[in-house]
Amino acid sequence: MAAPVKVAVVAETKAGAVRKIALEMLAEARRLAGAAGGSVGAVVIGPVAAGEAERLAKHGADRVVHVDGAALERYAPEAYAGAVKRAVEALAPDVLFFGATAQGKDLAPRAAARLGAGLASDCVGFEWKDGALVARRPVFAGKAFAQVAFGAARPQIASVRPNTYKPAEADAGRSAAVETIALGEVRVRARVTAFEATEGGVADLTEATIIVSGGRAMGGPDNFELLRKLCKVLGATMGASRAAVDAGWIDHSYQVGQTGKVVNPTLYFAVGISGAIQHLAGMSSSRTIVAINKDKEAPIFKLASYGIVGDLYKVVPALTEEFAKVLKE
Amino acid sequence: MNLLVFVKQVPDTETRIQIKDGQVDTSSVKWVVNPYDEFAIEEALRIRERLGAGRVTVAGLGPDRVKDAIKYGLSLGADEGVHLKGDGVALWDPSCVSAVLAAAARKIGFDLVLTGKQGVDYDWSQAGVMLAERLDVPHVSVVVELHVDPAAKKGTAKREVEGGAETVEFELPALITAQKGLNEPRYASLKGIMAVKKKVIPEWGLGDLGVDPASVGPDAAGVHFLEFSLPPARSAGRILEGDPAETAHELVRLLREEAKVI
Repeated sequence: MAAPVKVAVVAETKAGAVRKIALEMLAEARRLAGAAGGSVGAVVIGPVAAGEAERLAKHGADRVVHVDGAALERYAPEAYAGAVKRAVEALAPDVLFFGATAQGKDLAPRAAARLGAGLASDCVGFEWKDGALVARRPVFAGKAFAQVAFGAARPQIASVRPNTYKPAEADAGRSAAVETIALGEVRVRARVTAFEATEGGVADLTEATIIVSGGRAMGGPDNFELLRKLCKVLGATMGASRAAVDAGWIDHSYQVGQTGKVVNPTLYFAVGISGAIQHLAGMSSSRTIVAINKDKEAPIFKLASYGIVGDLYKVVPALTEEFAKVLKE
Repeated sequence: MNLLVFVKQVPDTETRIQIKDGQVDTSSVKWVVNPYDEFAIEEALRIRERLGAGRVTVAGLGPDRVKDAIKYGLSLGADEGVHLKGDGVALWDPSCVSAVLAAAARKIGFDLVLTGKQGVDYDWSQAGVMLAERLDVPHVSVVVELHVDPAAKKGTAKREVEGGAETVEFELPALITAQKGLNEPRYASLKGIMAVKKKVIPEWGLGDLGVDPASVGPDAAGVHFLEFSLPPARSAGRILEGDPAETAHELVRLLREEAKVI
């Protein structure tokens, strides 16, 4: 590397607290900067709780830029893109990371277009090649992977898939000056006015550690109760195949697959799912896959780490009981 | 109200992706309308029907086969179709694509632009939002519910986020990207399919749009694909059969002691 590189992370907050994805990105930013003797910046936008900017420093940021202003009270893409632009002017990074979250995926393209720089979305790996960043990302919902390089414009912008990196341990010895930038008057023509939670207290499919999904063999909406019970015992999030969604048994927001969510849990249960290619695309990067199916020839078994050939109406309650027993111990 | 829908073609979701010399081999791919664009077309038609007035234009950028996606929109009831020729455009790059779409949107005119939340090919999820920025209009992405009030020049949308839905209020003109659940797309009627045969789909090149080819060609691209590969193969797993209680017991033991995930 010629000049020391600068990597910056847009740290998303929720109710003023820095989200875990920000710390995950800081760990990878540190690695990328460290390999080239560079530095790491963090950007926080809008209201942020006391001590949160310092937390970014403890997890790897050398500089923290806080862009604040009346237009940033609540997420609004136009104002937030303006805030990103101001932070980029201050930090002049070579690489800029966003989390590939609902907000990050909404904001990053707006900011990239405003900055006139290229954006690689939903990345799962990075390396330096001849002084430039190369990103690895799934395409076709994970049926293939692509190596992506950037055009001449800087920064090289990427959104990073949650759960890809582990946050570094907080280093109490680290600190950083927090620079505040006031965002002046901006035109905001779209703003979030309300939030409505779905099933309370459960992790979103894209962030879940354990997922239990049901497919066509569930036979109808009522049988998803069986899965709900298993989810409750495991603290898991429920999912579904397209067949179950298209049959109207469960809302589309539960769908895992190419036209639904692409998921990345530690443990994935495919219950009564035969394994259509568009479903497999969305869950094949799960660390451990368990398939429960009556049909021994179902394609899902080719992908499964463990499989049970049997009647889901008997196997799922037996599993629920067994997990309840061992997890209580 | 002018409703403008941008569509593209993608490989059918049942396609098994083949890699040849580090590139995606599309020679035997069956091309379909991007599933999320179908929700965008349907929503535009429903808005026109609710208002009892308005005009729906379906436009697509790319090679000649993209006309099939435009014709599909016309068969469902869109008023006009426009084919934006892709020659010389870095079609893999959302930045270049959105620049061409922006020029087309300005030429066609719009109160609301609708498109899918992502193409289920390269999965960038960028071109729609970048287009809004280029047109200097507000956007709402990943929309599952939409209401527009053209008289008041505003609208309300619900968008899907982690753990719930956000309500967004916006001013018109605007752009939305459609998520599954926004509506249930209709099927084409025989009458609709027959009507397409009479429609003339104009073809616009970069010259017709006043776009400098250098500004949207490979050298202007924000991102480039170097190489594609297939995901690493998973090794064969362990299959349990027999009494439900016993297999459940064994599976839980394996998950705890062997996989160590519980």
